[in-house]
Amino acid sequence: MLHIVNKSPFERNTLESCLRLATKGSAVLLTEDAVYAATTGSAAEGKIKAAMADLKIYALSPDLQARGMAGRVMDGVNLVDYGGFVDLVTEHSNCQSWL
Amino acid sequence: MTDEMDMEEGGVIKKFMFVNRKAPYGTIYALEGLEVVLISAAFEQDVSMAFIDDGVYELAKGQDTKAIGQKNFSPTYRALEGYDIEKLYVDQKSLDERGLTEADLLVDVQVMDSAELAAMMAEQDVLISF
Repeated sequence: MLHIVNKSPFERNTLESCLRLATKGSAVLLTEDAVYAATTGSAAEGKIKAAMADLKIYALSPDLQARGMAGRVMDGVNLVDYGGFVDLVTEHSNCQSWL
Repeated sequence: MTDEMDMEEGGVIKKFMFVNRKAPYGTIYALEGLEVVLISAAFEQDVSMAFIDDGVYELAKGQDTKAIGQKNFSPTYRALEGYDIEKLYVDQKSLDERGLTEADLLVDVQVMDSAELAAMMAEQDVLISF
């Protein structure tokens, strides 16, 4: 399963619920304002680090670049472009776009 | 979308889960989600609904919207059974966080812990969020 999250972890609890309800081995793609969760030094860093034990974490590069966050990505977060986004969707049997 | 084509051709039944995470009335999401679920009943698919986070407030007993001038759509959840939509899953943690129990809900549901709900989500063909 591919989970897609697009909301800032500081504005909503979407990421938290997603991480709690994602089964082991699932992938989580952070897009739009959710990419802030993939940056170092944020309060969300611990949650993402802990989640890496069971989940593959991806972040959309164009959204990081747009927000000036491309240089602050945590180790272990896999960066993808739009082509990579499409690949992730096709590689997984189902996906959930969290709102 | 191939999903839609499958439905039109008949025979293919997929597991659809509608994931509700918004409180009613403050935004249009809960009502829109409910309407889409009712529409989905016409396609004879395997439909379930999950209520997570503020979505559990959609099912709270005693909703009375007269004074805010909006339609009280909460009775509709009780009508879902008539459309063969009987799989209503509620997240235990979300209830707990809000001081609610199953007795506070207006319809029969299955309350699930995180692991049960996660497994249920993982086995769906299509997940749609509201």
